Amino acid sequence: MTPSPIAFPSNVEHSDFHFDMPYSFDAGIGLNHDTIRYISAAKDEDQWLRTFRLQALETFLAMPIPKILKAHIADDLNFDKIRYYLANNQAPQRSWDDVPAEIKTTFDRLGIPDHERKFLAGIEAQFDSEAAYNRIQDSLSKKGVIFVDSAIGLKKYPEIFKKYFASIVPIGDNKFSALNSAVFSGGSFIYVPKGVKIKQPLQAYFRINTQNFGQFERTLIVVDEDAEMTYMEGCTAPRFETATLHSAVVELIALKNAKIQYITVQNWSNNVYNLVTKRSIAHENAEIRWIDCNIGSKLTVKYPAILLAGEKSRGEVLSIALASDNQTQITGAKMIHLARNTTSNIVSKSISKGNGLASYRGVIHIKKNLKDCNNNTQCDALLIDHFSRSDTYPKITVYGNQNRVQHEASVSKIDEERLYYLQQRGISQGQAISLCVNGFVNELIQEFPIEYSVELKRLIDLEMNPKNQK
Amino acid sequence: MNAVKICNLALSVEGKPILNDFSLEIPTGEIHVLMGKNGMGKSSLAKAIAGHPDYSILNGEIIFNGENITKLPPEERAQRGIFLAFQYPVEIPGVSIANFIRAAMNAQNKKMETVAFYKLLHEKMDYLGLNREFASRAINVGFSGGEKKRCEILQMLMLQPLFIVLDEIDSGLDIDALKLVAKNINSLRSDTFSGLIITHYQRLLNYIVPDRVHILEDGKIIHSGKPEIVRKLEEKGYAFLNSEEKP
Repeated sequence: MTPSPIAFPSNVEHSDFHFDMPYSFDAGIGLNHDTIRYISAAKDEDQWLRTFRLQALETFLAMPIPKILKAHIADDLNFDKIRYYLANNQAPQRSWDDVPAEIKTTFDRLGIPDHERKFLAGIEAQFDSEAAYNRIQDSLSKKGVIFVDSAIGLKKYPEIFKKYFASIVPIGDNKFSALNSAVFSGGSFIYVPKGVKIKQPLQAYFRINTQNFGQFERTLIVVDEDAEMTYMEGCTAPRFETATLHSAVVELIALKNAKIQYITVQNWSNNVYNLVTKRSIAHENAEIRWIDCNIGSKLTVKYPAILLAGEKSRGEVLSIALASDNQTQITGAKMIHLARNTTSNIVSKSISKGNGLASYRGVIHIKKNLKDCNNNTQCDALLIDHFSRSDTYPKITVYGNQNRVQHEASVSKIDEERLYYLQQRGISQGQAISLCVNGFVNELIQEFPIEYSVELKRLIDLEMNPKNQK
Repeated sequence: MNAVKICNLALSVEGKPILNDFSLEIPTGEIHVLMGKNGMGKSSLAKAIAGHPDYSILNGEIIFNGENITKLPPEERAQRGIFLAFQYPVEIPGVSIANFIRAAMNAQNKKMETVAFYKLLHEKMDYLGLNREFASRAINVGFSGGEKKRCEILQMLMLQPLFIVLDEIDSGLDIDALKLVAKNINSLRSDTFSGLIITHYQRLLNYIVPDRVHILEDGKIIHSGKPEIVRKLEEKGYAFLNSEEKP
């Protein structure tokens, strides 16, 4: 099949390839103090960071797997059998010509360089543990916008990086944030200076090439006062026989009046455990939106959180999850209202197909002595087959009586009369299901940039009609 | 040649028998009307012709243009040119009329280039007095009764079927809309276009003159004749068919 014209984690067939290649840096199989020392030495890190990593390793080893995940993690996820660090370079290239051939071919086939030319303000392409390519438009660099990988961020901009790093996702937040803190590499560091509004999106593309591997990128985005930015991430991996782990930590900081939009489209192959911690903080009158589309993976656990720390700050999480056969999507959102007159909105749509399980988990918390806080949650689930499953676990704690919280949830089975209506016009049953599913998520798909929304529809179509995938 | 030939059909829905030993022939190029009291199985027949999965065919067969379609799934019947205008069209949130009609045309090998498609769609919408934004609305969501019926006719005009079944297309339509719908159906009439109109009322037949009228009772056709019968029915009710005055 011809590659999609844009850098979109398109159907699994299309991204199902990998290269056997020698890596210049390989921390070996399994996780212990030596693994950490290897990574830290390869990256030539300061002592404080090495200490941070080692402390995180202790925390990781001491923490149990969270109760809600136990039932979903099979024996194939064995922390002693994973490779934690594989890289060819320590600094990404600024020209595709300098990127090693296999890696360049990989991203070419995924359409990344083409997409960059047409549509992006900057891009970072990560291959296994490290970014292979990173570039931002010169005009933005001149305005002081920083878009580099996390290691360079740390070395070149320590005064910003150290101030915010691990500030909202502490090591011990959960077992997987501890793991990421111990072994992280790659990911983006972005700083947008005061008043700079970036019109085009910045994009990162995360590619896993190796089996029995763990990808642990670490992303930190700081958008200064009155500045605006949209970040998009796409993720794919080839299909391997054995489990692959993706465990990222993402922290977003929106200072006064800033706006951040963070868009994820992931289409992991169905051997990937995707256990991600995403959290953000909105200061006074700032706005943060997470727009999240979770397709593929064996297990995804991801609930972006927004701390509404400043008055009049606003937070929104829009998410689509599609759980096909043998897949579990545990997604949702956390809205923590810490200041008065803050607003949050959650729209979650999930689709379960075959024996897929889509679970919504949400937390709404409005702390004491606040007023005029508003939350609206809408949570809709669509079941395709009679043995598909969807669960909803909302947790709402509100103190005081001058706040408003609204939770609406619906679960529906795909409607036979709708399918008949469409079929009566000549549309096949598979395509009728696909139209209904696309209709179900349509209001959210509209929120994605147009290039993405077109591909998303196509991807849903392929998920519903696997036989069309040629 | 018959467009549709239904032979000795017996239907059931959820185990409940609906029609038994029902037969009907509609020659190519003719439009027939099926009338009868509520609950006689008129809508069930319409759905069975179009292949609704809830209607099990216990006995008999449905022949369309010489081909036995009794076991075909609904989409394959539609692809052969059968179109059902629904009495109660369902809402399909998030799917626009334009995308839907486009998908249906593609499925029926009536694919058009985007520009030509919209030109034709807008032309047909103009006939039906539908404004342009109608094309981007979700199928039947929040439509008035009249809009739903016009939307059915719009699909019919775009898909250019060979055989239509209109199930109570006249209910919920005001007189102007009714005339408009009739005008559009008449515009399709030709030697190759046939149809079955299911209705309660004579009203529609003031504007579409059928070739034959059939009266359904207790799962069977108890009378077939010229359209004049309809006027008598309106005057005297279905009872007269059993009386001595029987035509």
